[in-house]
Amino acid sequence: MRPPIRDIAVVAFAQSDHRRTTDEVSEVEMLMPVLHQVLDATGLRTSDIGFTCSGSSDYLAGRAFSFTMALDGVGAWPPISESHVEMDGAWALYEAWTKLLTGEADTALVYSYGKSSPGSVRDVLTRQLDPYYVAPLWPDSVALAALQAQALVDAGETDEKALAGVAARSRTAAATNAHAQLRGPGVPQGDYVVQPLRTGDCPPVGDGAAAVILAAGDRARELCERPAWIRGIDHRIEAHSLGVRDLTDSPSTRLAAEHAGAFERPVDTAELHAPFTSQEVVLRKALRLGDDVDVNPSGGALAANPVMAAGLIRIGEAAARIHRGEARRALAHATSGPCLQQNLVAVLEASEGSEGATR
Amino acid sequence: MTTAPRPDILRAPLIVEFPFTRSLGPVQSAFLTGLRNKVTLGVRTPTGKVLVPPVEYDPDTAEELRDLVEVGATGTVTTWAWNHEPRRGQPLDTPFAWVLVKLDGADTALLHALDVPGPEAVRTGQRVRVRWAAEREGVITDIACFEPDDSTTEPAQAAPHQGEFGDMVTGIVTPARLDYEYSPGGAQTRYINALADRRTVGERCPSCRKVYVPPRGACPTCGVATTEQVEVGPAGTVTTYCIVNIKAKNLDIEVPYVYAHIALDGADLALHGRIAGIPYDQVRMGLRVEPVWTEGGRYPDHYRPTGEPDADYDTYKELI
Repeated sequence: MRPPIRDIAVVAFAQSDHRRTTDEVSEVEMLMPVLHQVLDATGLRTSDIGFTCSGSSDYLAGRAFSFTMALDGVGAWPPISESHVEMDGAWALYEAWTKLLTGEADTALVYSYGKSSPGSVRDVLTRQLDPYYVAPLWPDSVALAALQAQALVDAGETDEKALAGVAARSRTAAATNAHAQLRGPGVPQGDYVVQPLRTGDCPPVGDGAAAVILAAGDRARELCERPAWIRGIDHRIEAHSLGVRDLTDSPSTRLAAEHAGAFERPVDTAELHAPFTSQEVVLRKALRLGDDVDVNPSGGALAANPVMAAGLIRIGEAAARIHRGEARRALAHATSGPCLQQNLVAVLEASEGSEGATR
Repeated sequence: MTTAPRPDILRAPLIVEFPFTRSLGPVQSAFLTGLRNKVTLGVRTPTGKVLVPPVEYDPDTAEELRDLVEVGATGTVTTWAWNHEPRRGQPLDTPFAWVLVKLDGADTALLHALDVPGPEAVRTGQRVRVRWAAEREGVITDIACFEPDDSTTEPAQAAPHQGEFGDMVTGIVTPARLDYEYSPGGAQTRYINALADRRTVGERCPSCRKVYVPPRGACPTCGVATTEQVEVGPAGTVTTYCIVNIKAKNLDIEVPYVYAHIALDGADLALHGRIAGIPYDQVRMGLRVEPVWTEGGRYPDHYRPTGEPDADYDTYKELI
């Protein structure tokens, strides 16, 4: 893997408190405090930002072009250099990273948000499936994850007790995360939602927002005491048809990790976007994470899963640990689509380019 | 200046419903027409793999696939999940198992429902067969579901098939419906509640001092929250307009009518509304208008001329 042609870092991260409902605020009203927080952390104003990129989904709100209203929160008039992806904000961050690599901008604001509360997210997510053979059957997101979980149980990769352990570990870790929705030990595993997955194996349904600021080279060093340098990012996708994939493995995650340089040296921290406990099992294997790696110290998506923001939050959480001096080399992962169909892997380091490579 | 107390949260049901009309490629057309005829087809890749359900392009190589084969209506469960609470639109309305089924002769699995009484009646490796829908039209739900198969006949092998039937299905219409409970948030709630009191209330940006009507909660120029309530109007000026000549569905307003941008007095943003009470061909830029509420209406039905002299162009040109 060639090192990036420019040193680019995550210099700030902010997120909302994720809650079951936020019906007292609109999307932009929910998002704006997060934008202000991330800007305040760097001292930048929106007018200083070279490129703005966001991720969200109209299907969550049930309104076409719902993201245009959120743009009011970044002061998009007079017109700014701006883009939007109908995907998790992690992919908006990828676009912003490539923009900075080209040298067309030195700073980027990346944000994403999702309100699952107005609709029924289990059903909404069926609309992303193959419209000919699958979507007419309305298989909801939990059902598809359950098919994957059963495949893992059949293959001897996990069992219900092990999955409950993932759930408990995640929510216990989230006890120290003030933003998380489902926090602390003692969250019950509950009844089956779709067997073999119980309520404890599933993410909480809720609303939230997140924002990240990227900066290149000297700008990053000016804006942040300990920048989290992006050593590599890559994303890969698998076939949409579940029946042609091996649901017990994630070759796209492994390939993305290889191209992001994740296997070149061990990481000390990994923030994995695994909304279902069973998906953590798949990701740990694909990413070759041993027990010495601190996995999801934030609690992960099992503690807070604002759809469209949960992947960006993984990158933000990994970066924040580097900012605080709690991690030296961290992996962040984001996923999209059913059963880990598409995966993005980013590797973040406390030390930059040439210096990091010699350690 | 007044600072509004937190209003009661407004809520309204929002139903997004649309019939998706989709055309089919040659492979999908053969597969779905086959289902209508109780025939299950797959497609063979250059490496000899049989994909069911068949696709137009090889997921491994992206090569175009056209080599159709017939596979069995029986197969084997490769994974399952027990769904004790069926949801709207799903294949069965009684508890069922979601299954991936590898049909005999196929190398990949098809997602569908298995009709069994409980989770103890399903397992990976189980033999199942298609239960055909009584009325079939060339859609995936022509397979009503799968059911357990205890026959001991030799599993079918994939056999070449032309994929030709009479009256081929070339498109499908799939209805989609999603239900929401929409809440407009703080600023828009305050605006809507004030309208019901026959007042138009905008919000001022603390930074650039502009008054936004209707308010969205943020100043799009400064990117900060707008919180100061400012009552504007009631009268305003037509800044620009258009004449609508085509009747919209379910609209009981006679065409032609005029739809206009109206800058209410004290607002820094024009809103839009219908102009009535004046022949459509006499509406003009600069016309002074006021809102008209119908009996019990929660918002202005339209705007009508006030009778004042037209506003000077310079007073509203910034708001066009």
